[in-house]
Amino acid sequence: MFRISMSKWLTLGGLAVLTSLAWAQTLRIGVVGPMAFVQGAHTWYGATLAAEEINRAGGIQVGDRRYRIELLRVDTNEMLSVTDAATAVERAITAQRVDFLVGGFRSEAVLAMTEVAADYKRIFIITGAGLDGILAGRVDRNYERFKYLFRVSPTRSSDLARTSLLLLGEVVQAVRQQLGIPRPKVAILAERAAWADPLVETATRLIAAPPPQGYGAEVAGTWRPSAVATDVTSELTAIQRAGAQVIYTVLSGPVGVPFGRDWGRLRIPAAPVGINVEAQQETWLKATDNLGNYVATLSSLAPGVAITPKTIPFITSFQARFKEFPIYTASGAYGALYVLADALNRAGTLDVEAVVKALEATDFVGPSGRIVFDKTHDVTWGPSFTTGLGVQWVGNRMQAFWPRNWRVGDKVISYAGVRPYQLPPWVVEAWRR
Amino acid sequence: MFAAILVNGLVLSGIYGMLALGFALTYGVARILNLAHTAFYMVAAYALFFFLGWTGFAGAALLGVLVVLLLALAAYGLLLEPLREHEATVLIVTIALALLLQEVVLLLFGGHFRSVPALLPGYVEVLGVRVAQQALLALGFAAAVLLAAWALLKGTRLGLGIRAAAQDQEAAELVGISLSRAGYWAVGLGALLAALAGLAVAPMATLEPHMWNPPLLVVLAAVVLGGLGSLPGALLGALVLAFAEVLVVNLVPGGAFLRTAVALFIMVLVLVARPEGLFGVGFAEER
Repeated sequence: MFRISMSKWLTLGGLAVLTSLAWAQTLRIGVVGPMAFVQGAHTWYGATLAAEEINRAGGIQVGDRRYRIELLRVDTNEMLSVTDAATAVERAITAQRVDFLVGGFRSEAVLAMTEVAADYKRIFIITGAGLDGILAGRVDRNYERFKYLFRVSPTRSSDLARTSLLLLGEVVQAVRQQLGIPRPKVAILAERAAWADPLVETATRLIAAPPPQGYGAEVAGTWRPSAVATDVTSELTAIQRAGAQVIYTVLSGPVGVPFGRDWGRLRIPAAPVGINVEAQQETWLKATDNLGNYVATLSSLAPGVAITPKTIPFITSFQARFKEFPIYTASGAYGALYVLADALNRAGTLDVEAVVKALEATDFVGPSGRIVFDKTHDVTWGPSFTTGLGVQWVGNRMQAFWPRNWRVGDKVISYAGVRPYQLPPWVVEAWRR
Repeated sequence: MFAAILVNGLVLSGIYGMLALGFALTYGVARILNLAHTAFYMVAAYALFFFLGWTGFAGAALLGVLVVLLLALAAYGLLLEPLREHEATVLIVTIALALLLQEVVLLLFGGHFRSVPALLPGYVEVLGVRVAQQALLALGFAAAVLLAAWALLKGTRLGLGIRAAAQDQEAAELVGISLSRAGYWAVGLGALLAALAGLAVAPMATLEPHMWNPPLLVVLAAVVLGGLGSLPGALLGALVLAFAEVLVVNLVPGGAFLRTAVALFIMVLVLVARPEGLFGVGFAEER
């Protein structure tokens, strides 16, 4: 009787030791975002997909030990409260004991959250916020405090401006060629948010500047609705009255949906192009009551377009697992986990200083491009690195229209599956000369 | 530009007017500053979206109104009437109720944006301004609802009782009006107006669980601007604020995000000149 009990105790003790060893070999990664919103949900989905793949492949080899990834969902409520976001990250670090952080969407909230991460010397890979100043002016000027911060997506605001302005150039050119208007009028519709300010400033300058530096067009006016505005009818009728043929949009918040819906319903004779995060999602047409066709936006992925060899497999796995088309926060979080795994593997230790050094040496091909960090730990923009795509909704489907024969120096960049941009028919009808 | 301001201002006024009148009724008669008022509007819009999957527009709208009425009357009977004398507590309870409704909607429908198909698609040009036909329908609907509400309040014994309770509760009680019953009627009518505003807005709006926040601020401001408890004042306040918003967007395009702030600033200016609001009872008179 005694011997049986003893063996039971030994078995239980052994199991406890094994369990604690297994626990010690788990890396806890906090996935940070507004989880009730698609931007946060897709951050979680992208990270989940990567974690499942990495764990299935045996985990992350760090030195002579293998680690499994355990993801912790950190709902930041950052759409509504920056304070909530900072508190959520602090709780994740102190109570949930996360080793690394991945995610973040709203720039204002990410600024606050990364301060907390820097306080606790936790590596935070940003996957959703674009403001330049999250890294520029922090990592380069105060390296010791902010060296733990990296960004894999999106490209910084000023680079988003570059890409979105290239898309604008395509549309201005289409207006010039197809409608015979030598100096098109461009209205700027940008949400009132920190990340949008540099885009508005750059766009205003470039639109009016003569070619080849600028577009030789005219700024019809600048409208700055709230990021959470529920009605932009007044803005749109004012844009129509201003005689614009093109609307350059800088919208990441919910306002993108009323914009698409009201624009389509009122058949505003100006072609929208730029950034509209809501239009990057496959729910776009449903959300706009099927009125969002012909809206064009910068995006990171499009159906059937292989930016890198990993793009199509990622989209296929994501859609099979979550039944949705991934937005940029999904491909960002997916890439971030692989970048982190790769850096840990190269560092061969969990020592944070060594992992930072390994991350700085990253050269990784993700689903939306090649990830190489610059001196501010930001993802490098440009041909053969990460640029983004121009996508447009045509015939109830999202299709890519840029880059297509994009000339940079002696390089010509095109992705298979990219089609020509199409002006909305009512814009053609209203302006054809 | 004048035409754009006029047309867009009128459409917005209709929606704000319905919400403000319901809010003013609830406060005027039941003495409840119901911060969950626009949450009822949100519930009606979501209920319409949900029931449209099962039945036609009329049936879905009717079910949406019923859901809101049941919710509002249950909340009044169970939570608010027993606390009516404690204004601060009532205020907190109504905020809690609004947040609860928001979280329930978030749980049931998620944070994804939803839309309800327009009954009248397309647009018409009014004075050279493109206006969605659905917006004109909503404006006509709002006008009809407001006229019906006015007729009820002015032309029936029930309306007389409700107005009497809104003007002077003690005197109303002395002439035999049951304040409790008047309260139920006012809350019911207020919730009905909120629900009808939700139904009118749903085909033009983006449905999301926080959609009750922006109109709440404007409705509060409209009611304060018009004079707390005054029904014509609430309507005038809604009209002033709606036009102020539209004016800002048209005159200061780069400051379009300030539309609500400017509207509230106008309210402050009016209150500085006339603290009781446009149609409110003067403090001295009240004493």
